[in-house]
Amino acid sequence: MTGGGDVGATRGTGPERLDPRALRKEFPLLAPDRPGGPVVYLDSAASSQRPRAVLEAMDEYYTTTHANVHRGVYAIAEEATRRYEAARVAVGRFVRAPRPATEIVFTKNVTEAINLVAYTWARKELRPGDAILVSELEHHANLVPWLMLAEERGIELRFLPLAPDYHLDLTDLDRLLDGARLVALSAASNVLGTVVDLEPVVAAAHRAGALVLVDGAQLAPHRPVDLGRVGADFFGFTGHKMLGPTGIGVLWAREELLDAMPPFLGGGEMIRDVRTDGFTSNDLPWKFEAGTPPIAEAVGLAAAVEYLERVGLERVHAHESALTAYAIDRLRDAHGEQLTIFGPEPDPLRRSGVISFAFAGVHPHDVAQVLDTRGICVRAGHHCAKPLMRCLGVGATTRASLYLYNDEDDVDALVDGLAEVRELFA
Amino acid sequence: MAGLEDLYREIILDHYRSPRNRGDLPSPPAVRVEGFNPLCGDEVVVYLDVVDAVVVDLKISGQGCSISQSSASMMSAAVKGRSVEEARALVRSFKALMSIHEAQLETDDADAPGAAGPDVLDADALGELAALQGVVKFPVRIKCATLPWNTLSQGLDEVGPATS
Repeated sequence: MTGGGDVGATRGTGPERLDPRALRKEFPLLAPDRPGGPVVYLDSAASSQRPRAVLEAMDEYYTTTHANVHRGVYAIAEEATRRYEAARVAVGRFVRAPRPATEIVFTKNVTEAINLVAYTWARKELRPGDAILVSELEHHANLVPWLMLAEERGIELRFLPLAPDYHLDLTDLDRLLDGARLVALSAASNVLGTVVDLEPVVAAAHRAGALVLVDGAQLAPHRPVDLGRVGADFFGFTGHKMLGPTGIGVLWAREELLDAMPPFLGGGEMIRDVRTDGFTSNDLPWKFEAGTPPIAEAVGLAAAVEYLERVGLERVHAHESALTAYAIDRLRDAHGEQLTIFGPEPDPLRRSGVISFAFAGVHPHDVAQVLDTRGICVRAGHHCAKPLMRCLGVGATTRASLYLYNDEDDVDALVDGLAEVRELFA
Repeated sequence: MAGLEDLYREIILDHYRSPRNRGDLPSPPAVRVEGFNPLCGDEVVVYLDVVDAVVVDLKISGQGCSISQSSASMMSAAVKGRSVEEARALVRSFKALMSIHEAQLETDDADAPGAAGPDVLDADALGELAALQGVVKFPVRIKCATLPWNTLSQGLDEVGPATS
């Protein structure tokens, strides 16, 4: 699904490779003349940067069109509504949603998308004694909502274990699914870079009569997603990790599921009728969008997915895979004995560009602090995955994460910066 | 702009590499208190052995970054052998040091107008702990430096009432 455009493409006879240096020129924050100095940005797993096309789309919307949606009969209100709903369809098509106009629900972020399912579908459908299966590598966003439900409703929470190769151990999958009503899994780990092979899990879950929720926050920005092939029942992702603005996320679910689910938050927009003795919910997807939605953010997210489609997700994926292999190779080559990487070996299908490591007995906070003085942005901490940190036997890790605008120079800067860390703390 | 040398003074790195009073004490009789920084996972455990309102022994365990662990080590050296009252005064002085605005560090000494008053900030009493004052130029790290002190303060409260 490489788009027709040539953003950041190098022309040639072979398959077009992505040119991160050309792309970077379109990201104002990554400019060499940034006020405050240039940055080497290696924290896109936390939040990506955004291209001028996204900033301009939001600015243009506010400058020319803004009014509240689904209310006014005047021209700019109709135009705002049209753009908001067009954004929904664009975002839905990006993940190959079969019915984007009704099955794509805009939320605040992926955390809210998962909570929506926990508060509506799960609280209606699950009974005490039912089980939910998650994994040991989950972000708190796909763990705490289920812990809250388990505590409140007497639901049993089970964990797919992590194998020594940092992939999920599916040996006991069928046993763990016995009595499970829901499997809630991250498609890709925000700490390890593990990309989960969803297909066997989804198939086994459905055979066992469980539904499947996939947290796609770390997958959708980095490689093509085809919801039909994923086969999940719920799929969430978030705008700010995929070149879009903060404050907007997405929940996709099959129409019949959304139809049967009670509404989530109550208020304007989500109702068809309100009486003193009750209310009737609105149609899909507005039933789940109480209050004025993030309109400019939806416009910005649509611009982001259009940008990613122009670049081509296959090329983003190929670029990140190659750069990840380069980074792991360089890091080990330069710092072998001081460095422990927590994550699978490079593998285009089963590993992403998230690289977590322990370094030379130096605490991740100190590593990140030294790197910061060189303008290198990495994440130090538990990455909102404390149960996983306990599995790894560490309190925190340093994490570098790659995206389409990163290149070998960024990796080299990290490798050189770590040499200074080693010297300082030797 | 703050440089690494403001944060990682040699004396700080020395305490990080060779922490003083590392270990534990049987509890009871010692008071054992844990402190956590949920942001970064830093953990400090303070063991306090107080006899007749004097901190006769003190041990530190836990794990974390160079700032939290060196601050704990320097604290242990400063507090051991002091009276509970003196230890409390030291906690107040150290926390005052951590609350001096960065801008005041650039232009003033601790006893200059606008800085914390001499009643709470006794630079002489702080001794080598003053090396940690550069931490205020890195606001995210202030919590690392104060973690052991807040933990100690909690321990002193458990030992007995505020005045002895």
